[in-house]
Amino acid sequence: MIDYLHAKRGIRSWLGTLDHKRIALMYFCAVTIALILGGAFAMMLRTKLLISGPGIMEPLTYNRLFTWHGVTMVFMFLIPSIPAVFGNFMLPIMIGAKDLAFPRLNLASFYVYCVGVCFTLWAMIHGGADTGWTFYTPYSTTSPTDVAPMAIGVFILGLSSIMTGLNFIATTHMLRVRGLKWMDMPLFVWAIYATSIIQVIATPVLGLSVTLVALDHSLKMGLFDPSLGGDPVLFQHLFWFYSHPAVYIMILPAMGVINELVATFAHKNLLSYKAIAFSSLGIAFVGFLTWGHHMFVAGISQLDAAIFGIMSMFVAIFSAIKVFTWVGTLYKGSIALSAPMLFFFVFIYLFVFGGMTGIAVATTSLDVHWHDTYFVIAHFHFIMVGASLSAFLAAAHYWFPKMFGRMYPEKLGVLSAIGVFAGFNLTFVPQFLLGNAGMPRRYYSYPDRYHVLNVCSTLGAYLLGGVMLFTLLYLIISLFTGKPAPANPWGSRGFEWRVPSPPPEDNFEQPLDVSLGCYEYDRE
Amino acid sequence: MSHSVVTSTTVNSQYDSIERQHATARVGMWLFLSSESLLFAGLLALFTAYRISYPIAFHAAAEHANIMLGTINTYVLLTSSLTVALALAATERGRRRATVGWLLVSIALGATFDVLKIVEYAQHLHEGFAFGHYFTATGLPQGAVLYFTLYYLLTGLHALHVTAGIIVLAYLAVRARHGAFTPESHVVLECGALYWHLVDLVWIFLWPMLYLLR
Amino acid sequence: MNEALRWLLNLPEQRSSIARSIDYLHYSVILATFAGVFVVALTTIIFVVKYRRRDGDRLTPHITAPRWLEATVIIGLLTLFVAWWVVGFSQYREIETAPADAMPVYVTAKQWMWKFAYPSGPTSTDVLTVPVGRPVKLIMSSRDVIHSFFVPAFRVKQDVVPGRATTLWFTATAPGTYDLECSQYCGTRHSFMRGQVVALSPADFARWLDAAEPDHFGGKGGGHGLAARGMEVAARHGCFRCHTIDGGPSIGPTWLGAFGRRRLLSGGGSVLVDEDYITESMMDPLAKIAAGFQPVMPTYQGAIQPADTAAIVELIRSLHDVPPTRDQLPPTKPAVMP
Repeated sequence: MIDYLHAKRGIRSWLGTLDHKRIALMYFCAVTIALILGGAFAMMLRTKLLISGPGIMEPLTYNRLFTWHGVTMVFMFLIPSIPAVFGNFMLPIMIGAKDLAFPRLNLASFYVYCVGVCFTLWAMIHGGADTGWTFYTPYSTTSPTDVAPMAIGVFILGLSSIMTGLNFIATTHMLRVRGLKWMDMPLFVWAIYATSIIQVIATPVLGLSVTLVALDHSLKMGLFDPSLGGDPVLFQHLFWFYSHPAVYIMILPAMGVINELVATFAHKNLLSYKAIAFSSLGIAFVGFLTWGHHMFVAGISQLDAAIFGIMSMFVAIFSAIKVFTWVGTLYKGSIALSAPMLFFFVFIYLFVFGGMTGIAVATTSLDVHWHDTYFVIAHFHFIMVGASLSAFLAAAHYWFPKMFGRMYPEKLGVLSAIGVFAGFNLTFVPQFLLGNAGMPRRYYSYPDRYHVLNVCSTLGAYLLGGVMLFTLLYLIISLFTGKPAPANPWGSRGFEWRVPSPPPEDNFEQPLDVSLGCYEYDRE
Repeated sequence: MSHSVVTSTTVNSQYDSIERQHATARVGMWLFLSSESLLFAGLLALFTAYRISYPIAFHAAAEHANIMLGTINTYVLLTSSLTVALALAATERGRRRATVGWLLVSIALGATFDVLKIVEYAQHLHEGFAFGHYFTATGLPQGAVLYFTLYYLLTGLHALHVTAGIIVLAYLAVRARHGAFTPESHVVLECGALYWHLVDLVWIFLWPMLYLLR
Repeated sequence: MNEALRWLLNLPEQRSSIARSIDYLHYSVILATFAGVFVVALTTIIFVVKYRRRDGDRLTPHITAPRWLEATVIIGLLTLFVAWWVVGFSQYREIETAPADAMPVYVTAKQWMWKFAYPSGPTSTDVLTVPVGRPVKLIMSSRDVIHSFFVPAFRVKQDVVPGRATTLWFTATAPGTYDLECSQYCGTRHSFMRGQVVALSPADFARWLDAAEPDHFGGKGGGHGLAARGMEVAARHGCFRCHTIDGGPSIGPTWLGAFGRRRLLSGGGSVLVDEDYITESMMDPLAKIAAGFQPVMPTYQGAIQPADTAAIVELIRSLHDVPPTRDQLPPTKPAVMP
């Protein structure tokens, strides 16, 4: 049977494809470009911060750049990355379906994403926004830069995200192969399912809040303008109602990848299936009740601070259960230290540290000191880069043979995992210390005592950037020169490894047989 | 959104039966509607928050809402929901011309709603009750402008949905005329009707909040 | 120990009354974080060494987590987290609740500077001078966008929001000069919106206050400088057409003895008359109507400068300890959470 890559030929067979695997690859290219772009912005920011005084750019340029970095990384890379690439590719195969429920909607979501990206880039070229990705009013409604096109770009990207999430939920409910019960599904599917719920429910509120900013900025709507009686802090409530759950949109799929990896490379069942599945749902729902912890010093009442503080402690427990389960899965396993597994270790150390510092900033009195400092920056980069990006790289290596039918060079993969870990820590550990010392975020110039740590952080960023480029390079090369991959190079029980590499256009030659569970390593 | 993705006659390869495919289309539509309702819920939450901050101003501002037109529009929209339901019932009994007829009546009612809304807007603007910094009416307490800004946002967003709904109904009418819907297979029509009912339902929330709560 | 950890974690000196206890919580959380990573790292390394793959794909035993172990982990961690929340929140309440005898200073933030006004008259820009050992309460408002008042050495921070008054308090514990930073992004020159807090010994502070330039409204020796300016502002805006300062009845509530007491509201409930309520009443007079009065006051939003607002607040505050003669308020039951 011909695989999906060769089933049809020509550029048209790609651009108009309804095959979820091909759409996933197109997303792969797009989000990689977004990652390179966001990374380039980060490098420019770090280069500026080598010195405190005016250096390579003006303050306004710097402010634009950190806005672009945030918008690009959050809305163009992190949110679509794992769901739209690996979720799109693997979810139907993992539940034994030939495609997603709505293939045309899937393709449409990709093009809507592209339109959103183009719109946002156009807005950047036209002087973009300097508001930060958080668009806080009343600065965002009075900023001298073009805020409205940027906000509309984010709105369009949100639309694409809703379309993807809707498709995944419908698919998971309706297209599971006969005999595949909810409690037998691969846990990656559970993670994507929980993520999709957040996407469908929370994203409209983001769309609403950025639209209100755009209307306020260009039509003087004044909904958050104090001179008309508006309350700027209300905007923060609306914004974080989406944007805190959005953090889980970025981390839940990463956790899903880790579930698959750890079972495969430990060659063992996950220590507790239910704990992982239900904690994903727990995160999805309790995550909606914690947004106020971004606003402890914004002027909210003490009662609000108390409630949001304690809810944040509860939501952390779900992540802790997952870590416990992953570590416990290694017990009495048969552990292979392949590159994806090294990325698992990178993930878990950085995730534990990032998660625990999350508890730290949710501790109300400590947040008063840390709020809006580099401590917060370091904390969420530990989650968003240290955990999510590591999981993205882990997934890219783990599923590379399945997606492209070729192996990546194992030794270079190991090198990449080590390089990412080193570069990442050198970048962000100094930022924790800067935050402790009190350096606020979004600072163009800073007092001299922050200088040494800023230089360390910048050097780390260069290392991390270099390793990322190196990883991209060898992955691209092995697309063409890698050894042909067998159907199941890792000896995994996962359902996706039971089809050929790369899979045929319809995914299955015969219906997926689920009589042997995807985590059953105690029998053949 | 999803209804246009699934044709009602052929079974796509990922489904094992047409029933399954139709059921999935309905699930997709409900998910889309839940997403839509959160969009309105966000604005309504904002409205409620400001109403709590400015009870007297919102009370005074709502006095200027045109309760007459608002109530007429409520009846217009409720009737259109009925006629859409009748179109669906006609399809189930295989009466193609009745289907088209009821859809056209629904479109007319939807258009009536939009026209009355425009009349209402024109009247408000004439009296100076514009939004935000264009608000020129005097004599109302601080915060009243927020009522009108939110009034325009809520009803404007809703009117956009009504207009989108009219386009959907028109598309359905054309499809129905060409005999695309049979008593056994008309999931696209069903999804379109669901969407129209959501548009109605939203208005059932807006009407009391904007016109009746004084 | 404290000094060693503070140095290791790169924390600034502890120069406010609350800084040290907050740092202790900080140490416990961060040490637990390191302990968590260490436990996870150690366990994974042991497992990897012990169970690394030696002989191809062999079968492994099916193991599920024992209930008691899962429960222990969950309950143990939850207890720890909730304990942090309890301590953290009680500290937060302390940070948020200013002592009654705190010395007020009015702060106006704007792009990109800080202005400070003392009740006795002096004003300053970007340099806040405070006495050591005495609580200082900042009553802050912004003229444009949201700013945030942050002094790392004091471990305090509070957003400064246009259209409302937010407060922050601290007690400096040692003389010195400490950095003040704006920590909420506020535009192009956000990172230049820095200033200093100069803490002086009480004697030095008294000398400084005595020598400080009074602003042109107050005048030295005129008693309450800022309050005097408040009188002038209130007269200019016609406040006395409806409010009295001697307890006499009028269209609006009297200002005498109002500050710091609870006031019954029409439609039920009550409110503490403080800086925030007074500011709100000027900007949005109809939000909370005092019981027994008509909702007739116009808004002063946009008509009155934040610095003038502060002056009126200070005037009303200065009238708080004058014994009220009439209009005595009945005691009311406190709200759920102040």
